[in-house]
Amino acid sequence: MSGHSTYQPQSAFMKWMEARLPIAGLVHSSFIAYPVPRNLNYWWTFGGILAFLLGAQLVTGVVLAMHYTPHADMAFNSVEHIMRDVNYGWLLRYLHSNGASMFFIAVYIHMFRGMYYGSYKEPREVLWILGVILYLLMMATGFLGYTLPWGQMSYWGATVITNFFSAFPVIGDMITTLLWGGYAVGNPTLNRFFSLHYLLPFVIVGVVVLHVWALHVVGQNNPAGIEPKGDKETVPFTPYATVKDSFMMAVFCIIFAWFVFYMPNYLGHADNYIPANPAVTPTHIVPEWYYLPFYAILRAVPNKLLGVIALFGSILILAFLPWLDSSKVRSARYRPLYRQFFWIFFVVCILLGWLGAKPAEGGYVIAARILTIYYFAHFLIILPLLGMFEKTKPVPNSISESVLGASQTKA
Amino acid sequence: MLDKRFVRLFIIVANTLLHYLYKGANKRPSDRAIPLQDRLRPARPLPSATPHRAVVTASRPVGFFGAMGRSSVTTMSSAGHSRRDFLYIATSAVGAVGAAAVAWPLIAQLNPDASTIAAGAPIEVDLAPIAEGQAIKVFWRGKPIYINHRTKKEIDEARNVNVETLPDPQADQARVKAGHDQWLVLIGICTHLGCIPIAHQGAYDGFFCPCHGSVYDTSGRIRSGPAPLNLALPPYEFVADSKIKIG
Repeated sequence: MSGHSTYQPQSAFMKWMEARLPIAGLVHSSFIAYPVPRNLNYWWTFGGILAFLLGAQLVTGVVLAMHYTPHADMAFNSVEHIMRDVNYGWLLRYLHSNGASMFFIAVYIHMFRGMYYGSYKEPREVLWILGVILYLLMMATGFLGYTLPWGQMSYWGATVITNFFSAFPVIGDMITTLLWGGYAVGNPTLNRFFSLHYLLPFVIVGVVVLHVWALHVVGQNNPAGIEPKGDKETVPFTPYATVKDSFMMAVFCIIFAWFVFYMPNYLGHADNYIPANPAVTPTHIVPEWYYLPFYAILRAVPNKLLGVIALFGSILILAFLPWLDSSKVRSARYRPLYRQFFWIFFVVCILLGWLGAKPAEGGYVIAARILTIYYFAHFLIILPLLGMFEKTKPVPNSISESVLGASQTKA
Repeated sequence: MLDKRFVRLFIIVANTLLHYLYKGANKRPSDRAIPLQDRLRPARPLPSATPHRAVVTASRPVGFFGAMGRSSVTTMSSAGHSRRDFLYIATSAVGAVGAAAVAWPLIAQLNPDASTIAAGAPIEVDLAPIAEGQAIKVFWRGKPIYINHRTKKEIDEARNVNVETLPDPQADQARVKAGHDQWLVLIGICTHLGCIPIAHQGAYDGFFCPCHGSVYDTSGRIRSGPAPLNLALPPYEFVADSKIKIG
């Protein structure tokens, strides 16, 4: 994917193959000889971790689908059947449900890394937008998957989220009926959600291919936020990036395993172990943790339609980030003011997540409103203005200079 | 084989059609400028106005499909271009109609199926066992329907408000059947995001939605919170003094 391949097939078979389907050359140029900036830090390992998690979710998901029954009367029991009867079913299900949470932890780190180091800036706009699309697909897949156990939170989460669309005038009710396949969330809904939950991960795989392709066209950003100058500032992907990615992946898997084996339900909700009951709404309904900041934004707006618009807008605004951030300097290292605003924004996102889990009353709502306004102001006011008024630090001439310091490179 | 006969028929029809159209298209200004005998002479270089390759060995334009199977005949005259245009447009048009015809059932299948609609038939509810001050919940079309036997106090509360001050102004009289003022029948789905409000709760003694804090009064009208509208009323009628038919 990066120019001409330097791959030299050794065996007769590989020479024969390369002349017909140069897949080994493609892999070689993309993941072995591919040049990566030599100053990448550990925050750059999450792309690989995400790829691993996608594969893990696909494998555990396909296996779970062999034991699960997508029917309103049987879904809940079939999940319990997986937990109790199926060999290692408990492990596979906990890997899958916690894997989803790990997926979102990794993607949030990946996104905040991109925001900190300005990875979305020219020429990486399309790469970034593909990432936003992947994030949206992940959210949709996560939501669909959460409905499948058909517990109370599954059912009411599905009800609340499908009702987002009823906020739109005229076409709203038509859309919700299409989503439900009935007059309310019911068996037809569960059936189609299962089908779509199985489909979307493969769509994600497709967009990941585009994401990696776009990455290999423009090359990776790096902590200095400057393009590598020549071969001396890059190292081959293998062994340098491979071993760094693998090491971090192992560390990440330890955390993953810790959740799976010691606190498998910590990130879930106890109410989802109650079978779905269309007659009773749980008194305190919350989405999965990874949607909480957006849920807080939804509830902060007192108008239904505007709340839904704010919710979708808070995600879609990310796609416009490359043009909202007017600064020419990429990395926050050389942007003293942006660095502070970045961390404020980070804290605002965490606080919104915390508020999303709190009941929508009193001071919580007021706090959520202030933070919602700040969330949008960060993108629409602070970032465009910072580019105009911020006095940035001098950007080093090369990656070597940024690593070794200006004095040493002169010698 | 039947298939082959169809193909042959199609070729004949298409050839006739194309031949007819070819004659019409032949009257384009660029084509008219070149005499037919010039266009059919392979050795002579073509004028720059028609840069098409013109290796024509047939003495007259042959049908597009007729050319198939005759390996020596290569019909690539300037006029062939207009026939290709026709094919593009005709194929695209048929393709677009076909795509729409397939998209329709693919989307329509998402709508409620026959069994779901059948299960949504009207239901009858006997009101006699519902005591004054009691609220019951029945299901119709998968939706919870609240039937409240309102007390005198609750009715008065619903009627002693200035309707104009409400977020979704509607008189209590318009939300119950005349002569059955004590019976409040409504769809128990919060108009915000679809949770079920709890009866006899909240500041207005009506309904309170635990999800996002919407408060409804004893007439099911929205009083505070994020919900935009009053609780909806299902279609229903009194079939007897103490029996209603919902749906």
